[in-house]
Amino acid sequence: MNFQLIGVNHKSAPVEVRERLALADSRLADACKRLTEQPGVEEGMILSTCNRVEVLARTVNGTADLRGFIGQFFKLDPAELDSYFYEYREQDVVRHVFRVTSSLDSMVVGEPQILGQVKEAYAVARAVGSVHSQLDSLLTRAFAVAKRVRTETAVGSSAVSVASVAVELAKKIFGSLHGKSVYLVGAGKMSELAARHLLAHGAASIFVANRTYDRAVELARKFSGKAIVFEQLYETCDRADIVLTSTGAPHAIFRREHGELFLARRRNRPMFFIDIAVPRDVDPEVNKLDGIFVYDIDDLQQAVSGHVADRKKEAERAEAIVANEVERFQARLQTLGVVPTIVSLQDHLETIRQAEIDRVRGRLGELSPDQELAVDALTKGIINKIMHTPITTLKSAARESEATTVIDLVRRLFNLQDKKAEDKSNSASSAGAKN
Amino acid sequence: MPLLWLRVALGFYAVGLLYALLALTRRSELLNRIGLPAMVLGMVFQFVSLTEFLLLSDHPTLTSVHNSESLLALMIMVLFMIVYLIYRTTSPGIVIFPIVFLLAFVAATGEQPSLFVTPGVKKSWLFAHIALVFTGYAALFLSFGASLLYLVQERSLKSKKSNGIRSRLPALETIDEIGYRSLLLGFPFMTLGLIAGTVVAQATYGRVNLLDPKILLSVLMWAVYLIMLYTRWNAGWRGRRAAYLATFAFVAAVVAWAANYFSGIHRFVSS
Repeated sequence: MNFQLIGVNHKSAPVEVRERLALADSRLADACKRLTEQPGVEEGMILSTCNRVEVLARTVNGTADLRGFIGQFFKLDPAELDSYFYEYREQDVVRHVFRVTSSLDSMVVGEPQILGQVKEAYAVARAVGSVHSQLDSLLTRAFAVAKRVRTETAVGSSAVSVASVAVELAKKIFGSLHGKSVYLVGAGKMSELAARHLLAHGAASIFVANRTYDRAVELARKFSGKAIVFEQLYETCDRADIVLTSTGAPHAIFRREHGELFLARRRNRPMFFIDIAVPRDVDPEVNKLDGIFVYDIDDLQQAVSGHVADRKKEAERAEAIVANEVERFQARLQTLGVVPTIVSLQDHLETIRQAEIDRVRGRLGELSPDQELAVDALTKGIINKIMHTPITTLKSAARESEATTVIDLVRRLFNLQDKKAEDKSNSASSAGAKN
Repeated sequence: MPLLWLRVALGFYAVGLLYALLALTRRSELLNRIGLPAMVLGMVFQFVSLTEFLLLSDHPTLTSVHNSESLLALMIMVLFMIVYLIYRTTSPGIVIFPIVFLLAFVAATGEQPSLFVTPGVKKSWLFAHIALVFTGYAALFLSFGASLLYLVQERSLKSKKSNGIRSRLPALETIDEIGYRSLLLGFPFMTLGLIAGTVVAQATYGRVNLLDPKILLSVLMWAVYLIMLYTRWNAGWRGRRAAYLATFAFVAAVVAWAANYFSGIHRFVSS
């Protein structure tokens, strides 16, 4: 099957590195296309969330240079980031994709966003045609596995999301959230979720600023909050006790001087910045100011590690489901792998049978329809009897590691050509026949 | 007898001290459960000790060095209990309990008090002076404790490591509120107490020597107190800057207290 995957995630690389590989949604389709243009890559898709960037591909012989693609696409020297990448092949890819989609590899195990993010990435890749056959089955299966994990274990049901961790921290700063106001900068799904959490715990008012004003208005209406024109961000931000920022800005939008300004206007009342954007929206310098607390996505991870431990048992059950599914998928794919061989074997024998019957027909003379049927049944029967064991063996061999050897052997024994090559020669010969 | 009760109280305060020493480093359920009751019992015994002293003494007065230390410890504990009843947190005890223990320890182990008797001073004024100033002191100490805890909690939140300290201390704004409210509460007491002191001094000496170390230090402490309130109210100073001021005020208070030993007018030892 020749699956390959390379990527960075919140465990393998710090925010600074992930920032450099983050891919805006608008560039995703282009990136998928460019990936499939890479030598040796037959199918490919790219997943880019704030916690991970992964390049997944099915390749001709499992040795495509995905690292090179990353270097080329992001215009950086891959050697520089070498130590942050993880790479998987074959069934490890299957396991990884299943785990990611089921949210077992998430920063907050069981958080629900990742499934949607994988689905979006898949939809983009499908739309540009960079995913069509085996990767398609892999992803489709992954969604089914995610569903199984969610329904059969408690991993997702009581998932502490980043949002609830943020609420906990806010409570440790403000005591109670009653009467506190929340400022959403950037109107992403994630910040919407976090805002919902904060409101549920008593936060009073909400401001929304977004580069696209309409989106801000829309979101503000949802929470009966107030939409703010993005240009007025710095003039209005000091009104908020909690700032949730998740813009796609390439540089920090809150710097030290902004923090100082807010503090002066607020008479040093504390402020809590929750930065779930990658690249980060808040300069780490801001955290050094007295009275401002900045937590970025990596910090939130540290804060939730305790909860992850609580959920260890459920996670183990989920891992078992994934392991089981990996095996099943493997078996199915490999059985699929021998199907073309079996089909061409059968075709091959059928051609021989037809040819032989045509050859002796002259000597047999005129046959009654009954006799005609009998000859057919006889020859077919012989072939089926002989082929029964080889085909069964092929199917079962497919599930084992020797699959390719057995397939090769059968192809050589019967001189079977590649399906594609065969088609080509067939069309060539038929074209010749017409002339 | 009063001394015996005070020593019993000291024993209970020692448990509180232990609680304070351990609370920041590890979590001990046992100590958590006995820490507060022990301090309450200590308070009760100290109250008994003080009352008994007042009733038994021929010249019932609070103006002996040791009784006043005992009284200050009691006042601090009373304020601590008020905070506990409002906020349900024993965290200020981390700073407060050692102070209380120290005061009770000095009161219980020192020599028997020598009384300072100033004939002609109106008893009620003297009593008012002491009670008011001590309430002010107690509030100041509590505020000092709160600002130290604020620093600890702030650092814990900034370091982003979810260690035990964070979960054991109250929320940052709660600590801040405790500190600020103590300050607000203490200031009028301190001011009135100093005014009462002036009245006493004038009644005793007719004229107050402003260059007396005790008076200078008291005024200095009062000024710092005022600055703390002002910066907090006007600029919202809290955290590190507020802690510096609180520490300064605390030191000034301790020195002003110590000045009793070398002040010309505020002596306990009659010469």
